[in-house]
Amino acid sequence: MTSPTTIIGLEVHVQLQTRTKIFCGCANRFNPDEPNVQTCPVCLGLPGALPVMNRRALELSVRAGLALSGTIADLTKWDRKQYYYPDLPKAYQISQYDLPFCQGGHLDVDVEQDDGEIESRRIRLIRVHLEEDAGKNLHDESGRGGESRVDLNRAGTPLLEIVSEPDIGSATEARRYLEEIRLLMIYLGVSDCNMQEGSLRCDANVNLEIPTADDESIRTPIVEVKNLNSFRGVEAALIHEIARQQQEFEQCGGVYTDTAKQTRGWDADRGVTFAQRGKEEASDYRYFPDPDLLPVSFSDEWIELQRAELCEPPADRRRRFVSELELSDYDAGVLVDQGRETADYFEAVATACGDAKRAANWVTQDVLRELNERQETIGNFPIDAQGLATLLGMITSGELTTRSGREVFSSLMDRKGGDGSIAERIANIVEECGLSAVADSGALETVIDAVISRNEKAAEDFRGGKDAAIGKLIGEVMREAGGADPNVVRETLIARLRP
Amino acid sequence: MTACHEPASVLIERLSNGETTSLDLTEACLSEIASHDGAVGAFLHVACDSARQAAESIDRRRAAGEPLGRLAGLPVAVKDVLVTRDQPTTCGSRMLEGWIPPYDAHTVEKLRDADAVLIGKTNMDEFAMGSTTENSAFGPTRTPWQLDCVAGGSSGGSAAAVSAGFAPLAVGSDTGGSIRQPASFCGVVGLKPTYGRVSRYGLVAYASSLDQVGPFARDVTGAALLLEVLAGHDRRDGTSVDQPVPSYGEQLEQPVEGLRIGICPEHFGEGLDPEVRETVERALDVYRSLGAAVEEIALPHARFAVACYYLVAPSEASSNLARYDGIHYGRRTDDHDGLIEMYSNSRGAAFGTEVKRRIMLGTYALSAGYYDAYYLKAQKVRRLIQQDYSQAFADVDVIASPVAPTPAVRLGQLTDDPLQMYLADTYTISANLAGLPGISIPAGFSQDGRPIGLQLLANSFTEDRLLRAAAMHERETDWHLATPTLSGDASS
Repeated sequence: MTSPTTIIGLEVHVQLQTRTKIFCGCANRFNPDEPNVQTCPVCLGLPGALPVMNRRALELSVRAGLALSGTIADLTKWDRKQYYYPDLPKAYQISQYDLPFCQGGHLDVDVEQDDGEIESRRIRLIRVHLEEDAGKNLHDESGRGGESRVDLNRAGTPLLEIVSEPDIGSATEARRYLEEIRLLMIYLGVSDCNMQEGSLRCDANVNLEIPTADDESIRTPIVEVKNLNSFRGVEAALIHEIARQQQEFEQCGGVYTDTAKQTRGWDADRGVTFAQRGKEEASDYRYFPDPDLLPVSFSDEWIELQRAELCEPPADRRRRFVSELELSDYDAGVLVDQGRETADYFEAVATACGDAKRAANWVTQDVLRELNERQETIGNFPIDAQGLATLLGMITSGELTTRSGREVFSSLMDRKGGDGSIAERIANIVEECGLSAVADSGALETVIDAVISRNEKAAEDFRGGKDAAIGKLIGEVMREAGGADPNVVRETLIARLRP
Repeated sequence: MTACHEPASVLIERLSNGETTSLDLTEACLSEIASHDGAVGAFLHVACDSARQAAESIDRRRAAGEPLGRLAGLPVAVKDVLVTRDQPTTCGSRMLEGWIPPYDAHTVEKLRDADAVLIGKTNMDEFAMGSTTENSAFGPTRTPWQLDCVAGGSSGGSAAAVSAGFAPLAVGSDTGGSIRQPASFCGVVGLKPTYGRVSRYGLVAYASSLDQVGPFARDVTGAALLLEVLAGHDRRDGTSVDQPVPSYGEQLEQPVEGLRIGICPEHFGEGLDPEVRETVERALDVYRSLGAAVEEIALPHARFAVACYYLVAPSEASSNLARYDGIHYGRRTDDHDGLIEMYSNSRGAAFGTEVKRRIMLGTYALSAGYYDAYYLKAQKVRRLIQQDYSQAFADVDVIASPVAPTPAVRLGQLTDDPLQMYLADTYTISANLAGLPGISIPAGFSQDGRPIGLQLLANSFTEDRLLRAAAMHERETDWHLATPTLSGDASS
């Protein structure tokens, strides 16, 4: 008997980073501290107010759809999804029902398997649609039964819903899929995907196909786990839910009294999913086309304009860093996953200094460490790509040792070296700290001659074919010459002893 | 008869040449309202103080020689379905009693920009659902011509206000005939513009795909003038059409050369009051005498219009009125235990019978399993009706018909028979389904003195031609000059 198959589909909600809300001119900004200040008659749902589609939201949506390889609809429209809830002031959400702006598509995700191998998995998409976010209900959590309040600052935030096919085979895969969507949306400039602020949220549909003794299989009832707001939460909730369904199956022997889809919540503190509502409360949303918003048809020219605004997707960029720049999978992953600006920074350094591997080492180690320590973004990094490339170029050419390079780097970080160009500042720092490698071959050779004459035995051993003997000589030359490039020292010694 | 009974164009003339002031005019209107609106019931709110202030300010600006708007100093009444900043807007419903909107409807902004004096908010069927203004939560409006008869609806208050001389101009809204039918019942001119001609921003929605704001006036010139002020593109309404607004008033004197009038035989069949039929036929004779050709046209799907409308409109209404849930504004009952009860008890207590009836109709029609058979089917029929009209307008300039099957009915005559009430909309509803402009102009009286209107419909965005055709009839007749006599009317 084979093991159960996990079947997961995700509904991912991405808030678009437009300046204004989807149907009005109010600021689209996370602002929980001042409730209801980013509101107007439209997003308050006041009598008489009407929605007007935000063009920018459409542009960003279509770019996202194109980047997900979806088919952009010739004609799309908006529908009212009707239900009562205090955070929904019109008592309907403007969403898309049967004509979403984008259908199909897929996202390829690299997933580490149990054996440590990386496997690329293609997650197909059902659709992507554009809707408005609701407000937020604030309940009295003191336990004193105070009044609930409603904050409509978030109401009308443009929200992309990306619905996958049930192609996701594990909790880890679900997390990776979500991570990759987040990265893609950030690369596209579609969303900041700030999960603490709720810009990226997800619901998961999950069930199991469990083989039975007679070569048949039984599917457990589908469960929708709502409001998963972190990568860890998605993974943990699914791991728990998969185990729960397995256990339930074993208890009931695959005989379910109610096979209807169930909605469960995720309690992150207790690490369990819990039943929220069952079939008896299933809603009829009474979808119908919103008469206030005209259907939209996209011309081919307009779609191509949006396509032209796309950037290289992160997955392609990782592959290119490996194939063209000969980085390791790991380094390519680290650089690309930092976001578009960091990857751009790396690429600029690599191109300018001509040594991608060295650039990758420095960016993934020195630069990222500094950014982490300073809690800074790459946009505010004190050393621009040209500066770092200049520094790395000097190391490559032997003008600086790696160690001296690091000292120059930290001096640059401390904004030392004067106010001139980066090249001038580097020169000043090298001068002040006496870090210049002894690239003057005459001076180096004088030291080498002295070291050889003091270490006749080692020199003889090396001449006689004992390679290891050169270590002692290099060490002494390095100490004496101070700032010499060990490679240059090695090569010069070899040339002298084995001409 | 007071100054307020004069047509808007005459009053504007007097204001501009100094024969009268806006304050005088406003006071005259306020005095008429004070004397007679108790009997008529046209207003839900009379803005005495702000109207006087606005009038004085305009008079001052006029005296100072400042440039003034098109309606400078003219009192205008506004249907209570248009939101007004700092003035109550109830839509004739207990649900919104006491609610003061924080913003102005686009059309209200336009009126203020034109320096109109907003004299008050007029009575209406609750949320514009009805044909008699008897569905107002605050009492009915009566036609000033016979106070035991209704003013029509749903814009009964606006029609009656103009008819009674409470204001020379008024604004209404028309979803299935709600401007044209009360105009007919009150003996004034009422025009429903092409869908998209006037912004719906700030018009409290009843049926979004059918609602349109339009003017009431004592004559065609007044309607043309007010339409010019109201019409125009508004970026805040996605269904507002960006098309220049012609100078309707300037072309009015020009008859439509070789006017072709279409009539549909079904409009003159069963159920039509003989006096209404005679009135319409007499009006057609007037046009014939002016050289117009009257020819029969076919509107094969017209007979489905009422059924189609009573699926589309309640469906949209059920959605549009869902926001009145007692949470954010409006009436909330104290009598509830939990959220669901708060919703149902608030709505149950605050909505009237007709509103509940249409919410239930629409909710049913949009429910899973019924959507295709009802709402979707109705939309398909709607398209067929639109096609009928575009074919008809290939051959004729306007289509003439009765406005309603009868003159104004007595109060209470139809309230117990909603289906009969719905059927009374049969001549007006198609224009909303097809998005066409239509006008009702005074064309005669019943023997017992109730006004009867003539309806003319025209092709989309040909309000200019519609108004010119209407003016042709008006020049040949004097029905529009008649004014009702209200009891105790000292000036009559």
